Amino acid sequence: MSRSRSDILLRSGLGTLAGLSGSVVLLILFFLVAGAMPALRDGVLPRLFLDEFWQPGSQRDPQYALLPMLAGSILVTVLAILIAAPLGIAGAIFHRFYLPPRFAAWNEHALELLAGVPSVVFGFWGLTVLVPLINRLHPPGQSLLAAGIVLGLMILPTVALTSQAALRAVPGSQLFAAAGLGLGRVATVFHIALPAARPGIVAGVILAVARAVGETMAVVMVCGNIAKYPQSVFDSVRPVTATIALEMGYATSSHKALLFTAALFLVLLSGALVGWLAFRKGKNEAAVN
Amino acid sequence: MVSLFPASFTRTRRPGDILLGIAGGLASAVTLLALGCILWDLVRLGLPHLSWSFLTGEVTENGRSGGIGPILISTLMILGFALAFVIPPALGCAIWLSEMVRQGSGAARIITGSVDLLASVPSIVFGLFGMSFFCQTLGLGFSILSGSLTLACMILPLLVRTTLSALQSLPADLRPTASALGLSGATMIGKILLPAALPGILVGITLGVGRALAETAALIFTSGYATRWPESPSDSGRALSVHIYDLAMNIPNGSGAASASALVLLVLIVLINTTAASLAARWHRRHSAS
Repeated sequence: MSRSRSDILLRSGLGTLAGLSGSVVLLILFFLVAGAMPALRDGVLPRLFLDEFWQPGSQRDPQYALLPMLAGSILVTVLAILIAAPLGIAGAIFHRFYLPPRFAAWNEHALELLAGVPSVVFGFWGLTVLVPLINRLHPPGQSLLAAGIVLGLMILPTVALTSQAALRAVPGSQLFAAAGLGLGRVATVFHIALPAARPGIVAGVILAVARAVGETMAVVMVCGNIAKYPQSVFDSVRPVTATIALEMGYATSSHKALLFTAALFLVLLSGALVGWLAFRKGKNEAAVN
Repeated sequence: MVSLFPASFTRTRRPGDILLGIAGGLASAVTLLALGCILWDLVRLGLPHLSWSFLTGEVTENGRSGGIGPILISTLMILGFALAFVIPPALGCAIWLSEMVRQGSGAARIITGSVDLLASVPSIVFGLFGMSFFCQTLGLGFSILSGSLTLACMILPLLVRTTLSALQSLPADLRPTASALGLSGATMIGKILLPAALPGILVGITLGVGRALAETAALIFTSGYATRWPESPSDSGRALSVHIYDLAMNIPNGSGAASASALVLLVLIVLINTTAASLAARWHRRHSAS
């Protein structure tokens, strides 16, 4: 390749843009750490786990118990996955092994459409339709259950679509070999297709977990936002993301630093999940080669 | 699609086979029904409030009455500026990764790694970052500019990834042919590679618009809450998604207008995603043909 001056200019220009793109995440991490620093300095951090209540704005007796919020995040995510994973994976098996191709294509289009529905719309639906229903069953309605269902429905298309893709990627030759050996459909699904598609399905579920942990809007509108440990699925909860969304508008000093700490924690958690996925994928590809 | 499916599967009718079919069919039906119900509820609740004057009118009584005209304009401005901010670095980064460095070299891996890490950052964290960096540190305040810069950071990874894969799926012999013709790097990229990859890049941009339009958490504390007509990018402007959130959460009796706004948002998103899908299908067809 010729090395004219314009080419060198182009190369360095593009390199700068690439460096800029790569440094955005560093800038974010820097700001989160800088924002969280005061909490470290004031020795507030251990109180996240020791204090009893969350009243960071209080003048007289500020308390910083973050654990109930973490528990809220985890419980809502677990509930959402318990809804989305079985439905999504079973639906994907049906899609691949039972539905005629024409209907399968329609099913996929519908799921793709639903995967694009904005989270605030899910939250709004939860607030106006689902919460009153749950309220009739067991007040107050804004609850762990509502948040879990809304979030579960929101990540369901993603889980279904990734599972479908993973099942589709299983080589047809393996299925034909199984049929040739006299295996029926059920045996082929459980002993050939699912084990082969497992890495892809697990990857889809982990991505869904990362999305659920980081989701704000769909949850904040239906979870009730009470910063206590829930005693049942009908109790209100308050996940970490909801706390940030509700309080960052007015938080100051230690309180604000704690919100940055919580955000840093969220980034590390979802970064770890996605990084682990990439590592797994790399290892799988290395094993195949 | 070629059917890679043993015919013997559909000829046998064992109890286990039927059971699995019923279970899977139920799961599929529940999925589509539940999500279909959500769409139906939104249409049912929102349609009565929808009219031309709702789409173009001013926001009155905090949104309880009036329309969403200024909100739509703010949303468009946020989207437009976000695209203007994100396209140059995203394209530059993707071109650099695909044309200027060796695959798997240290620099390439660091850049792709950090772009992928950026993709995993939750949207509320973008909001927090945008508020403290663009609004406070850079002094942009709650403004359309702050909101669009925050969104630009958020959709950057998506755009880099789609552009990169569009460039990488171009026929490999384009590059040595262009070099053999004595074309400079700039000419090759500007006149050959980018035009050829353009449909793929457009798919990425369309998907990015969809993501940005759906976003709420990153915008609440960056682009602000103002409901008047925006006059410049440094004005605060409320995005449609933020409007839905505010009406539903903070305004008593706001749910009628909120449903109509949700319906508008939904229709826009569906339109954009369908456009992306048909662009992608066309790109795919052209590529398998060549």
